[in-house]
Amino acid sequence: MSYEAVMGRNFEIMRKAVGMDYSRFESKGIGFDYEKMMEETGYTLEEIKRIQAETGVGNTPIYELRNLTKLARNFAPKGKGARIFLKDEAVNPSGSFKDRRAATSCYHAKRLGYKGVIAATSGNYGSAVASQAAMRGLKCIVVQECYDSKGVGQPEIIEKARKCEAHGAEVVQLTVGPELFYTFLVLLEETGYFNASLYTPFAIAGVETLGYEIAMQFREREGRDPDVVIVTNAGGGNLTGTARGLIKAGAKETKVIGASVNLTGLHMASDIQFNKKSFTTGHTGFGIPFTTWPDRSDVPRSAARPLRYMDRYVTVNQGSVFYMTEALAQLEGLERGPAGNTSLAAAFKIAQELDEDQIIVVQETEYTGAGKHLNAQLTFAKENGIDIIIGDPREEIPGKNIILPKDPGYISVEEVDLNRTRRSYIRNCIKHYNVDKVSEEDLSFLCQDTKSHEVFVKSVLDELGIKY
Amino acid sequence: MDARKGDWVRIHDAVLEAGKRAPSVPEDTQRVPLEMWVKGFLLDEGANIGDRVKIETYIGRIVEGVLVEVNPYYKHDFGKCVPELLYIGKQVRSLLDEDGE
Repeated sequence: MSYEAVMGRNFEIMRKAVGMDYSRFESKGIGFDYEKMMEETGYTLEEIKRIQAETGVGNTPIYELRNLTKLARNFAPKGKGARIFLKDEAVNPSGSFKDRRAATSCYHAKRLGYKGVIAATSGNYGSAVASQAAMRGLKCIVVQECYDSKGVGQPEIIEKARKCEAHGAEVVQLTVGPELFYTFLVLLEETGYFNASLYTPFAIAGVETLGYEIAMQFREREGRDPDVVIVTNAGGGNLTGTARGLIKAGAKETKVIGASVNLTGLHMASDIQFNKKSFTTGHTGFGIPFTTWPDRSDVPRSAARPLRYMDRYVTVNQGSVFYMTEALAQLEGLERGPAGNTSLAAAFKIAQELDEDQIIVVQETEYTGAGKHLNAQLTFAKENGIDIIIGDPREEIPGKNIILPKDPGYISVEEVDLNRTRRSYIRNCIKHYNVDKVSEEDLSFLCQDTKSHEVFVKSVLDELGIKY
Repeated sequence: MDARKGDWVRIHDAVLEAGKRAPSVPEDTQRVPLEMWVKGFLLDEGANIGDRVKIETYIGRIVEGVLVEVNPYYKHDFGKCVPELLYIGKQVRSLLDEDGE
């Protein structure tokens, strides 16, 4: 089967494999009816809570990180240092919040009569789908990008493969390259299984319970909504679902901040650079491209649209995340991550900007284990020529070194200029749909999809020489 | 003979040859093939490492490729001692102690 022929059938294969027709939500130009797509093809929050409860997903505990809060206050101005809380998503059946997405996808696949599910993922989502598929009696295939051309695998991804197989899934492991999508399409066509994409309305709706639970749990224990919820951002689904859940709970004042590990300079499709990374998710290599162009995902229209919900976006360096992973284990008795601790590292710094009585929530943790553990990650880094240095994290060069902060005062965040990100997104829309004029409807879509306003969108369109 | 019918094995195959990769991939990736590894039960009567074989995967799919491993197992671990990490626990604890606990 030729690459071109299979890719050419993409749309048709996907329609069969997700059981929905995306064209129903399309308009003529750039925009589409996002809310209608979410309403008509998703589930209500109540239904999702019931679906997830059936397989033991959700209702995860909240920890107040008292020692880490105290530590942050050591480095904060007087009266500053918000209380840091953590939602322990690692206690979900397969060890991460991804169970929420997998639960709805597998339920949906079963309901529509599919015999199995396929997911293209090198991350926790694979084990989540494998676990939920096992519970629902579905067959499961997980397609991973795992090795470089020398056959050297990322230890974290190999661990995910092990976990998928533990739940009876078939794991197809590939070398580096976006043509994984080709293999994925071939498998969907061959098996007729459901595409348990991370980016369908059902998958994103599955994360809404996370945001909703946070609001409910804080109202119960603190009598109010948190001031800030901070989310590790990669493909954007975690942030989108959580923010939607918070809104559905009425927590409209809560700020949603995205955080990614800074891997600037490393090309995600490069064979040579593949094993120079010490994070396989939660990093800018996914975070930035998926924020500026969400529809690059494996479905025609991604339900994960982080720019719609993000109030702020920051990056942290690899060394700071490893430091905080160790600090979480040593001060709070919680051995988690490390990738899921990206938002924890950012929260540690952002807490220092906020008042002492404010609340910041790290909305996720993930299990740790062989391959994933920070010792495994740093050993692998050394084997791939990365220097481990104790110093100033701001000097870290991804792919060359990992700089652990000299002390916690060196942990910092770097701002991602959201207006620049919004501009890139609008530019991508114009380029992709090849338009020279934007309709009234599209203008309003662009405002919503970038969480901005008409004056801003018009100024970007002016810059690009696009009429409206 | 390295493997008999029904043995749990791992196979390897090239999905796309070098030079036939997607136009969007960077140069270093263009120069190498897209490779694949899958595990399953051997369907051939018997085979040696390096033979082209057929397998049935755990969920029942039939796949062809070159036999590379019999009874494959995982070798990933918790890594070696990373001495660079050892200061962190002591540092964060002592910072809290200084705080007057």
